[in-house]
Amino acid sequence: MSEKPPLAWKLQIRSPGVLPGFGPALGFTLLYLGLIVLIPLAGVFMKTAGMAWDDFLGKAFSPRALAAYRLSFGGALIAATINALAGVLVAWVLVRYRFPGKKVVEAAVDLPFALPTAVAGIALTAIYAPNGWIGSLLAPLGLKVAFTPLGVVVAMVFVGLPFVVRTVEPVLRDFETEVEEAAHSLGAGRGQIFWRVILPGILPAMLTGYALAFARALGEYGSVIFIAGNMPGVSEIAPLLIIIQLEQYDYAGATAIASVMLVAAFLLLILINSLQAWRRSRHEA
Amino acid sequence: MTRRKLIQGATAGILATVLLAGPALAADRTLLNVSYDPTRELYKEYNAAFIPHWKAESGEDLTIRMSHGGSGKQARSVIDGLGADVVTLALEADINAIAEATGKIPADWRGRLANNNAPYTSTIVFLVRDGNPKGIQDWPDLIKDGVEVITPNPKTSGGARWNFLAAWGWAAKTFKGDETKVSDYVSALFKHVPVLDTGARGSTITFVERGIGDVLLAWENEAFLALEELGPGKVEIVVPSVSIKAEPPVALVEGNAKTNGTEDVARAYLEYLYGTEGQTIAARHYYRPFKPELADPADLKRFPDLSLVTIDDFGGWKVAQPRFFGDGGVFDQIFQPGK
Amino acid sequence: MTSLNIFPQSPADIRPVLTDPPWARTLLTGMALAFLGLFLFLPLVAVFGEALAKGLGAYVSAIVEPDALAAVRLTLLAAAIAVPLNLVFGVAAAWAIAKFRFPGRGLLISLIELPFSVSPVISGLIYVLMFGAQGWLAPVTQSLGLQILFAVPGIVLATLFVTFPFVARELIPLMEEQGTDEEQAAMMLGASGWRILFWITLPNVRWGLLYGVLLCNARAMGEFGAVSVVSGHIRGLTNTMPLHVEILYNEYNFAAAFAVASLLAGLALVTLAAKSALEWRMGCHGASTH
Repeated sequence: MSEKPPLAWKLQIRSPGVLPGFGPALGFTLLYLGLIVLIPLAGVFMKTAGMAWDDFLGKAFSPRALAAYRLSFGGALIAATINALAGVLVAWVLVRYRFPGKKVVEAAVDLPFALPTAVAGIALTAIYAPNGWIGSLLAPLGLKVAFTPLGVVVAMVFVGLPFVVRTVEPVLRDFETEVEEAAHSLGAGRGQIFWRVILPGILPAMLTGYALAFARALGEYGSVIFIAGNMPGVSEIAPLLIIIQLEQYDYAGATAIASVMLVAAFLLLILINSLQAWRRSRHEA
Repeated sequence: MTRRKLIQGATAGILATVLLAGPALAADRTLLNVSYDPTRELYKEYNAAFIPHWKAESGEDLTIRMSHGGSGKQARSVIDGLGADVVTLALEADINAIAEATGKIPADWRGRLANNNAPYTSTIVFLVRDGNPKGIQDWPDLIKDGVEVITPNPKTSGGARWNFLAAWGWAAKTFKGDETKVSDYVSALFKHVPVLDTGARGSTITFVERGIGDVLLAWENEAFLALEELGPGKVEIVVPSVSIKAEPPVALVEGNAKTNGTEDVARAYLEYLYGTEGQTIAARHYYRPFKPELADPADLKRFPDLSLVTIDDFGGWKVAQPRFFGDGGVFDQIFQPGK
Repeated sequence: MTSLNIFPQSPADIRPVLTDPPWARTLLTGMALAFLGLFLFLPLVAVFGEALAKGLGAYVSAIVEPDALAAVRLTLLAAAIAVPLNLVFGVAAAWAIAKFRFPGRGLLISLIELPFSVSPVISGLIYVLMFGAQGWLAPVTQSLGLQILFAVPGIVLATLFVTFPFVARELIPLMEEQGTDEEQAAMMLGASGWRILFWITLPNVRWGLLYGVLLCNARAMGEFGAVSVVSGHIRGLTNTMPLHVEILYNEYNFAAAFAVASLLAGLALVTLAAKSALEWRMGCHGASTH
């Protein structure tokens, strides 16, 4: 990257007095991004490009892989939905109510960001196994959590928990109470106000959080493998299948599944960014 | 806090970390043994015995590093460049894979040491809950209604492949080689498996600690170890009428040992496994020693007698591996989703 | 406000139309706390409970065991390399993206965030594909005699990848919000670019910066999936703390596994406490989400 940005870029820079350092900063950013993220990721697609098309389809969409995608995507969908509903509830309680220990709860919401996933995995397994604290309560009811697809969802809920809370909370806090008061004075009940006024207001934030939680749950590995039963076709997630293919020295198979997961990650990212753009445009409007 | 203080603090922190991280290794040479899951305790004791032996022999302070994991995963790491001087894995097939992919192990490695490179052998037994509440005595009992069987995934675990072949071996004897019946039995068996861990250790923990399943198919040494770790009164061992002679082989990774300059000590390390001390330690850790006469008779008494098939009954690993566990092989067919 | 109210609201909130009836508040709060209890507090309690199950002596000896200490050192080393690098990157990226407008800016932001949505397993796999014995960079590293995979460099690279976006993501919105007025004023007064960066821009965003560093550090020390793929699991050499937890767990040594896990959980708690303190300092700015 040269010190002088091309003319076309210069013209679009919004402020008249141009700050220094654009070239080096952008140059370093692109270089580092390329070295650490883009070139290594490109390796996955290079490897895939080297495969015959039928071979790729056979490996990326084998019945076992399809079952793994179903579990990963389905589990992430359910977990993100639970997190969306519970996240709005938690955000509501944290913003609107006061109760003893609120500060602790407020801080603890971010625990899944900070707690290593392997630690979360063994802890959740210890709790939800049939002889664990909660598992032993559920076992007499015939409900098995650990080592079933349900366990996968539990781990996914854990890792995705903070996303919706953290996106909805600031929106709810900034929510103009005058709107609610106006609605009230027009005779709307609490329920109506929530559905007609508040929910539409927090919906973009909720969807962003939903998509983030989904993306995180989709790729999650560390916490899930401890609690999932890892049965092919039943409780085997896609990232685990990548590992298993690797352990069978099937690099092509691992890469094929990885490339499908990567494309999904790209698409999700585009979705998340358009959601955020949508939020911003609504915010500014 | 000012910016300057912040930067100072951060720098001091990083420096301290880097200093802490600089390990001072006094040893002359380091040997890396890449092994599979259940051998952790065995090699812990064996290494502690070999280091003074080597010191007495050569005057050198040796450091031995261990890496444990599922046998397939470990072989994959060595293929990808993990600098193992010796591999002590669960399966001949995994060492074959390293030999084929890297050439760091000569193709004819098997037989360079005695007993097909297996200084100790083992077999597959059943571990059941105390008092054997489901009355499990032999293979047919595993597919009775309401019996849950725990085994790791044969795709990733060496032990699980021995489990699979032991079941197949019993069925082949019982059904006089009727392939359909044999395959039906093994399919039925895997329908009784609720959790398929990736390694033998994962399965043991699922069965013992998590309390899942009625019977664990396990390495004999792993079953004894679980018994020892938990104390009797929680689980007991059941010996089936037929099992398989499992030969976990060891091999020198010549390519790496040459690069690391450890060929002599690596060779000595493997050969010492066949000596009195190696065989005694193996037997103490519930591995059946290749030369029982060298081990402690008290340890040997613990091994039950049973009828064993061998891998040669399946045509050797070069035939069995692709047929049963290769892509689209027998195991994959059993595990067709929706079947 | 009725006297039955057990959850008093702040004075600003006391507006009749905005106040849910007490039963609703109790119910909703109860539900939220039950959810958090089930998914957050219980796992945390389980970690510490299991860690101390065999007494304090066993706890301490599990942590001062040489292999555990080696794992702690390696984890600190990986974080000590990855966090500063990603910090420098984050500042550079935020400077370019927040203070300037250029085509492809949106795409660049998306690419920076990419590692968040990539599965950790894939983050490890990419380095195996690059540096593995059959990898496309293997000839280069082999001729140079470099050991990347199954050694410290591989672990650092995987850590760099998974923690890549943390600082940048925290700084970009914050620096955008700050605008460029102060920087331009300083420039008119003749300040150099570095001077502006160190004396104006960074002090303005220092709490956000620290916040990003904290989260980056927590993730760097806690990463499991990516590091597991590239580590080789050599005891005392390439085992990080999360991997050591797994190893101990696989040795039936549950108390020790949870003891090391509790160190990591403790780190998480310290991170959260520091983060809360930062949020308080940042005041109404609040920390952005991610």
